[in-house]
Amino acid sequence: MINLPLLPILIPLITGVILMLFPNRLRLQRSLSFGSTLVTILASAYLIFRVKQGGILTVTLGSWPAPFGITLVSDMLSALLVFTTSLLVFFVVWYSIYYLSDLHQRFYYYIAAQFLLVGVNGAFTTGDIFNMFVFFEVFLISSYVLIVLGGKPAQLRESLKYLLINVISSALFVMTVAFLYGIIGSLSMADISQKISEINQPGILSVIAILFLIVFGLKGAIFPLYFWLPGSYQVPPTPVLALFGALLTKVGVYGILRTYSLFFSHQPEFTHQILGWLALATILIGVIGALATRDAKQILIYNIIVAVGVILYGVSVMTRQSLEGAVFYLIHDMLIKAALFLLIGVMIGIVGSSRLKDMGGMIKEYPLLGWTYFIAALSLAGIPPLSGFIGKLLIVRGGFEAGDLVGPFVVLISSLLVLYSVIQIFIRGFWGTPKTYTGPKRHLTKQLLTPALCLVVITVLYGVGTEAVRPFISQAVDPLVDPSIYIQAVLKED
Amino acid sequence: MKRHTNDVILESATTFITFIIFLFAVYLFFAGHYTPGGGFIGGLVTASALVLVLLAFDIQTLRQILPIDYKLMTAIGMLIAVLTASGALLFNVPFFTHAHDYFNLPLFGKTSLHTAMLFDLGVYLVVVGVTMTIIQTIGESD
Repeated sequence: MINLPLLPILIPLITGVILMLFPNRLRLQRSLSFGSTLVTILASAYLIFRVKQGGILTVTLGSWPAPFGITLVSDMLSALLVFTTSLLVFFVVWYSIYYLSDLHQRFYYYIAAQFLLVGVNGAFTTGDIFNMFVFFEVFLISSYVLIVLGGKPAQLRESLKYLLINVISSALFVMTVAFLYGIIGSLSMADISQKISEINQPGILSVIAILFLIVFGLKGAIFPLYFWLPGSYQVPPTPVLALFGALLTKVGVYGILRTYSLFFSHQPEFTHQILGWLALATILIGVIGALATRDAKQILIYNIIVAVGVILYGVSVMTRQSLEGAVFYLIHDMLIKAALFLLIGVMIGIVGSSRLKDMGGMIKEYPLLGWTYFIAALSLAGIPPLSGFIGKLLIVRGGFEAGDLVGPFVVLISSLLVLYSVIQIFIRGFWGTPKTYTGPKRHLTKQLLTPALCLVVITVLYGVGTEAVRPFISQAVDPLVDPSIYIQAVLKED
Repeated sequence: MKRHTNDVILESATTFITFIIFLFAVYLFFAGHYTPGGGFIGGLVTASALVLVLLAFDIQTLRQILPIDYKLMTAIGMLIAVLTASGALLFNVPFFTHAHDYFNLPLFGKTSLHTAMLFDLGVYLVVVGVTMTIIQTIGESD
């Protein structure tokens, strides 16, 4: 089966198209998207297994030889991310069945979710820089649909901003690719990497590196380019927010991780230093935002920004250890952010508001929700047996190893403040005097809690089973440290 | 809603110009492999023929002439395109590998048939479907 790397893209694509044939048959929509996402998970798990056994899998579409056709490359990093993405979409689809109104689901909701999965999986898998742009557009257009679906005034306002920012950044993406193509004359990522190392990255390529940082930074919300995120992510319903918070910014992070390790690794004292400072600034801004707000949703939204900063700091240090930490933390953060958003969604469903002052004493009536949230919060901050620990540990150690003293301290202090911000929700929401709640989804608590609980269990297993996960992560980091592995797998040279 | 107007010249010109535009669209669609043209421009020109009918008459008339659900048309077009590309999976060659050969057809003589044509047909249907969905949706919402 040489088309294996394609399956996690193709299955949701075909499902999405088939679902378009009968948008009104809700039960069929649900069960089909449920089933196909499950198959996608299985396919990507098998993909991980095959990559683990036989190294990087590539398929060049249309049987053209490698630098001329579009290559899809599944190395361990992209296989792991594709698996995580499919897993998250599965739980979010499960959650949406109960959370969203029937009317909302009828207007192509599941179709948009499937296309989002196509776009994100495609962006993680592709080995062609322009194809990456196309997959970016696929998931961005789905996200436009998802953010505006419902048509509340706030949604319309914020989706306009979101659309504007992303149209601008997409145009910038095309321009950057055009510059790169003008200099290198190739679009295949492996070929570009090889040609850049032949000419040893002259100044103009460092400029393009910064342009890529701006492009992916706009998608992934790094320091001066994060301004659109808190507003835009406030408005869509919680399951959509979970998808956005867990996946969309992480694709931007993946873009930076890929281009900075594969293309622009020759002048790190310029490019990676800038990335490092921006990452630290991102952490600070995120932490300030998370501490300043008294709204449960906003606290978590600012925590997305913090996590992007932490991962990118790991990328900027560019040692084996820090990259391992970054990949560990990337996967952890995707899982835990989705879990936290789903849990917050249950709380908002019970209370009917996301402001902390409307909550209180929920532990009395909803003990399971409370303790699940508590574990997820500790996991986000990186308390040792849980999943956030090892990633941050490796990033911090990598930072110290590289002789940086400021960065690791910022990362450590940020963990403390992140813990403070999410425990705020726990303290104010679950402790104190109980109130009577009249939220619209109070009776659905059990159904909504189940997918969120499963996700928290998975993150706990991810943290406890670090020893088992480590070989996968370490294989994922190989091509990041040594691009020639990637180049050889794609261009098949001996 | 429907106001009856006396656009005799516009309406009768439309009735035969539409067919010319449609024929041109079909020509563009089939010419795509060797000369400029293809599914995208063919689809747009077809949609423009339909829009001309829409301008000369109204949405109801167009719906009577062509009772097509354009959203369904988009879906079918995508299905054709995706299935054409994934036909390669059956033969265990990379996705999107096309097959082509020469055939002796009764009327055309020696003709090359290529599965890229099917993919283009999918693109054509999607372009017509999306364009008409956009125009009809905007036209109907007051």
